[in-house]
Amino acid sequence: MPMPRLEGAGSPLPDARGHFGPYGGRFVPETLVAALEALTEAYHEVGRDPEFRRRLDADLAHYVGRPSPLYLAERLTHEVGGARIYLKREDLNHTGAHKVNNTVGQILLAQRMGKRRIIAETGAGQHGVATATVAARLGLACVVYMGAEDVKRQAPNVYRMKLLGAEVRPVESGSRTLKDAMNEAMRDWVTHVDDTFYVIGSVAGPHPYPMMVRDFQCIIGRETREQMLAQEGRLPDALVACVGGGSNAMGLFHPFLDDPEVALYGVEAAGHGLASGQHSAPLSAGRPGVLHGSRTYLLDDADGQIQEAHSISAGLDYPGVGPEHSWLKDSGRAHYVYATDEEALAAFHRLTRTEGIIPALESAHALAYAERLAARMAPAQTLVVNLSGRGDKDIFTIAAREGIAL
Amino acid sequence: MSQAPSRIERRFRALHEQSRAALVTYVMAGDPDADTTLDLLHALVAGGADILELGVPFSDPVADGVAIQLAAGRALRSGMNLPGVLDLVRRFRERNGETPIVLMGYLNPIERMGYGAFAAAASAAGVDGVLTVDLPPEEGEGLLPALREARLAPIFLVAPTTTDRRMAWICEQAQGFVYYVSLKGVTGAASLDLEAVGERLAVVRALTSLPVGVGFGITGPEQAAAVAAVADAVVVGSALVKTIAGGNPGTLPEQITAQVSALRVAMDEAPRARGIAP
Ligand SMILES: Cc1ncc(COP(=O)(O)O)c(C=O)c1O
Repeated sequence: MPMPRLEGAGSPLPDARGHFGPYGGRFVPETLVAALEALTEAYHEVGRDPEFRRRLDADLAHYVGRPSPLYLAERLTHEVGGARIYLKREDLNHTGAHKVNNTVGQILLAQRMGKRRIIAETGAGQHGVATATVAARLGLACVVYMGAEDVKRQAPNVYRMKLLGAEVRPVESGSRTLKDAMNEAMRDWVTHVDDTFYVIGSVAGPHPYPMMVRDFQCIIGRETREQMLAQEGRLPDALVACVGGGSNAMGLFHPFLDDPEVALYGVEAAGHGLASGQHSAPLSAGRPGVLHGSRTYLLDDADGQIQEAHSISAGLDYPGVGPEHSWLKDSGRAHYVYATDEEALAAFHRLTRTEGIIPALESAHALAYAERLAARMAPAQTLVVNLSGRGDKDIFTIAAREGIAL
Repeated sequence: MSQAPSRIERRFRALHEQSRAALVTYVMAGDPDADTTLDLLHALVAGGADILELGVPFSDPVADGVAIQLAAGRALRSGMNLPGVLDLVRRFRERNGETPIVLMGYLNPIERMGYGAFAAAASAAGVDGVLTVDLPPEEGEGLLPALREARLAPIFLVAPTTTDRRMAWICEQAQGFVYYVSLKGVTGAASLDLEAVGERLAVVRALTSLPVGVGFGITGPEQAAAVAAVADAVVVGSALVKTIAGGNPGTLPEQITAQVSALRVAMDEAPRARGIAP
């Protein structure tokens, strides 16, 4: 019998051991196995509890500000020429990105499990801010691990987390980015496993995280479906989302998996271009291996050492990807494509100029590909881009790149 | 099926007859370079190490504390990789055919080499056991049969958080010895609670006839002696790795031999609580 999960999460995958075909699973040091089992059990329990669902829905409505609008970007559509481009406005959520959908859910679960201390890893700082925000609201201690490189790139978010009462611990090991922050968070969890809840920010990590984070993010796709039916009277022809760990993409895609007429495009960060070797595109240019608790596509060298990823956007700068995306790639249900730093920057400027919406650099990767895709589609067709976050956090990066001192 | 006893089995039997606990030492292969590691392996044996754990460097060692993380970084910069580790073992075996060697590392480098190819090459090089830190037995359907086929012992960790039921199941899959992680934490942490270790160890022993080793957080002779009183094997890693990090390459082998023999002497002088697994 399938285990109960949050309502609306329809897929039979993963199996009971967290596998999506050959991907996923639980590749962790033994100390964490019991904690992951307890977490899985607690998650299934709240899936049976209407009171938890009610509380979560209320928080999503009144604290996060859901539902987020589905907005027809008319000037962008006109400029691109082709399919009508809709934007799912996750940038309008409290804290400015989709990440909070997941942190609200996980921290409610942490509270339910009696955990007093919250830890998280963060790349762009969006997940760190979203975690620190909800921890502040519930009065829980919060430690956020962030690569020292990202601490530099994302100073405004570091300050936000501190204002929210979180302790930000810069991680100096390895490439000093998201993957190393995740290593350090796992080490913290191994050490404080009794009182600590680890809030993973994407559909990555060991089972049950890829399933649980997906289920919390599925609100994006469920709303999109309803809104599209209300506004267009039919489902969209294509969905486009950027893929770092893959949570905003999975949240959008998942409620449409059984609708074969809806094409799914996950956009990875191609950095300086796939040929340069400096990118963050494991699905496009990597191969399956084991990292951070699951088997999935990743970037490694001939010896199996994990390679540093590169992207202008800190939130996509990760050499792995959520295991369910690996499965969707191999099964052919979703297409994985890419956009370079330059293409994302152009899309960033184009959206800002045509629609008065400053997108996150992560989301700008999705926009860059969506423009190309829309131009190939007919005007009668529609596509939805997940505008996963707003770009306020990125203006320093962009100004610096353009030689402007702020 | 009865096969000739493995090096690990022979070593534990011999120690058992002498009523001594095994001293298991961990160093990182290629830290600071392959030739030094080769000298250090012989120096460890000269100091009284009974089983050698050889770290395979990995870029993302989630179960390791700072000392071993840094060692992995040094090893990778020196060019060490999994084939290089096996070559090191082969060279060690030219002069030492008896001391068991257990590789300790993470799955991805093994996966990259291929399970079957790795197991065959490791066995041919003279490896005796393999401990893959991020591979709990339930994910082992690819690697474990390959190890068994090559007569390499799969060695598993059990932790303070492991339930009794799970512990029994893990012990069933294990060969060589069972490695009890003495604390909730990463390697090199310093908060060993001897009393708690003793209690959990009694549970592990009731579940398996394999020898039980204890490691993570054992830093000096005093702790080694205390653990030797209750366990079949004492694993010391980060303390040696720190010596290697701070040592002068010329005198490092002598330093390591002295450090190990201090551990060995303390362990042999400690009164042992009980006769230990056969
Ligand atoms: C706005 C935004 N979009 C996307 C991502 C990438 O994460 P994921 O692929 O899990 O959605 C991030 C990560 O920080 C982000 O901040």
